[in-house]
Amino acid sequence: MTQPSGHHHDHGAAGAHVHPTRPDDEGPLGYYQRMEIAVRELLIEKGTIDPDDLRRTIEAMDQRSPAQGARVVARAWCDPAFKARLLDNGTAACEELGIAMGPTKLVVVENRPGLHNLIVCTLCSCYPRNLLGLPPDWYKSRNYRSRAVREPRAVLAEFGTVLADDVEVRVHDSTADMRYLVLPERPAGSEGMGETELAALVTRDAMIGVTTVRRN
Amino acid sequence: MREKGRPEAALSMKAAASWSVTPAEPYRFRPGDRVAVRRADVPGHIRTPWYIRGRQGVIERICGTFPNPEELAYNRPGLPAQPLYRVRFRQADVWPDYAGPPADTIEVEIYQHWLEPA
Repeated sequence: MTQPSGHHHDHGAAGAHVHPTRPDDEGPLGYYQRMEIAVRELLIEKGTIDPDDLRRTIEAMDQRSPAQGARVVARAWCDPAFKARLLDNGTAACEELGIAMGPTKLVVVENRPGLHNLIVCTLCSCYPRNLLGLPPDWYKSRNYRSRAVREPRAVLAEFGTVLADDVEVRVHDSTADMRYLVLPERPAGSEGMGETELAALVTRDAMIGVTTVRRN
Repeated sequence: MREKGRPEAALSMKAAASWSVTPAEPYRFRPGDRVAVRRADVPGHIRTPWYIRGRQGVIERICGTFPNPEELAYNRPGLPAQPLYRVRFRQADVWPDYAGPPADTIEVEIYQHWLEPA
């Protein structure tokens, strides 16, 4: 164990080794924390759920990842009939691929030459978790939420995505019951690639719309 | 030729119908209709963002009918359900000092009771 492998965070100039830590004393419980504990304990006591159900549900939620969304995008690139169904009813098309969508009503918006889509939720942090997992911290930040609608091109440029003026930027504010996924453009030079190989190119950020998909 | 400010196609009403909750208020608008968002300042849990109130846009699609979130927030049933629309706005109409090209747009989901014909 002499190599600090996988050790990428900043070490201070003076060699100070600063790790972010959770405080030992987390302070008094808040109102909703107490309510959550009370409701959880009651549901368990009454036999409505058991602790393993709860653990399994949390584990399943944490295991959802952008790989699901990437699979959907790659299928749409390879199968025009699937793509048509996906744009028509995102939820039903994802369920065809065996992805559990629950109550999510999915709208898929397609990038094409001359049109780039960008997703934001200005009011909170609505996000298609079934397809992308948990949202990144920046997606929930006040900065992204306020500026993505106000100056989307400046925000995109900060993500390294500079679009020509003849490309329409279309922002989608996810304010109510729908959830949104961007169907990125298939990258040039990917003609010979199969679905699995293509899915590996599709990233979370491309499906939010802050970047595009490129060949590695 | 790319159309500007108009919906590309009549998007599937089948998906909207399958997601809809009933009983619901009847639809007042169709894709392509010009609408104005009410400029109202009401208390409570409102899903109509401030920046879009008073702005004019075009109905892009019908999303279905959903219990009114302003009622749900107070543990009431929110029925009859409200029609929900996606409305497309020109960014230049939303932000008078918008820095991007005039073709840039923004789409927002808005419940029918926040919309008026324009």
